Amino acid sequence: MADLFSAKIATYLDGELNGEEMRAMDTHLRQCSSCSADVAAQLQTKRAIKLAGARYSPSQNLRAKLERQLVQKQPARWQEWFWFPVFAVLLIGLGLYFSQGTRSRNQIYGELADLHVATLASANPVDVISTDRHTVKPWFQGKIPFTFNLPELNNSDFTLIGGRIAYLDQSSGAQLIYQIRKHQISVFIFQNKNLPGKVLSSSGKHLSFSTESWNEDGLSYFVIGDTNAEDIHHLAELLKSAAKP
Amino acid sequence: MFAELAMPLFDQLYNFAHWLTQNRSDADDLVQETYSKALRGFSSFQPGTNFRAWIYRILRNTFLTSRTGLKAAATVVNLDEAVDELAVADNPESIFMDQSQQQILQEAIGALPLHYREVVLLCDVEEMPYKEIAETLAVPVGTVMSRLARARQQLRQTLAAKLVR
Repeated sequence: MADLFSAKIATYLDGELNGEEMRAMDTHLRQCSSCSADVAAQLQTKRAIKLAGARYSPSQNLRAKLERQLVQKQPARWQEWFWFPVFAVLLIGLGLYFSQGTRSRNQIYGELADLHVATLASANPVDVISTDRHTVKPWFQGKIPFTFNLPELNNSDFTLIGGRIAYLDQSSGAQLIYQIRKHQISVFIFQNKNLPGKVLSSSGKHLSFSTESWNEDGLSYFVIGDTNAEDIHHLAELLKSAAKP
Repeated sequence: MFAELAMPLFDQLYNFAHWLTQNRSDADDLVQETYSKALRGFSSFQPGTNFRAWIYRILRNTFLTSRTGLKAAATVVNLDEAVDELAVADNPESIFMDQSQQQILQEAIGALPLHYREVVLLCDVEEMPYKEIAETLAVPVGTVMSRLARARQQLRQTLAAKLVR
């Protein structure tokens, strides 16, 4: 039985199992320590390949040459020629800016995915165990240099499991664990100024986890979990509305 | 319109091209030729379909018809048949804990036969879904999955061998 699941771990991590298979795998992983260890190891490999694989960058020369090649194919009015060097320089600058931003963001998501997986694998995933936001929020007082609001969950399928201190780039932040059905979701909150790159509002998939991030009042919020994108978005919306005064 | 779709893919296309050619000057030529062919053939691109898969397919086909590409592809023909048991041998994953070992992993990826290297890069680096990889490589999804499994197995074996040394 375990062999059946073991053979599907790579497909599971690639996010390519269908909903039913995904649920069966989730259930199995909670009971099988050997497969859970395999998942953690293969996830680490996948992440390492992503980092190692993003190895080569094009030269600025090639970019400029290509830009020229593309512009030459357009109708050549003198105004366009006049502006071309300006655009080329701007494009190179923007390209560099965004490629660096993307790398920092990918790095952040990679580290958060690791923190999330490590938390779930831990025997004591949370330091403050409570479903009551009025217990969890005050627990962080004096432990992190900022404060935040947590949403009321009465009318939703989410349950607050607890919280812990998380560290990213040598700075402390809050990690909250929520549960929906049988999926656990981490919410990370850090101060913007301590993060290696600017965090833009985004949602998507990183290493098969659904993620959503945004900024609010100098804080960066990240929601990450193996549930579907709608659940992640729903929890993000609850957090956003709680953060509004 | 073409530039809007194609230029955001420039960095990743270049990275993929360099991994295929394993050489900067060939990668430069390959990317330039890809953009040039894609621009010429842009009228044949169906709006609403997957542009990324389309331009990656052009890049790969351009590479496969080049001298180095023909040579690289020729060494792979038998590998699709050489199916070993897909057992997960000694997991060398713990090696990746140390970032200084990244070079070993890069060498191992570079040493993979072309058809394995490309599928690992498209899946794990570009994070393409299997369906998009199948479209890019013009093979069925089942072939993508089996090549991916073999590629990862080979990567594990290479790394395990390097660890023992």
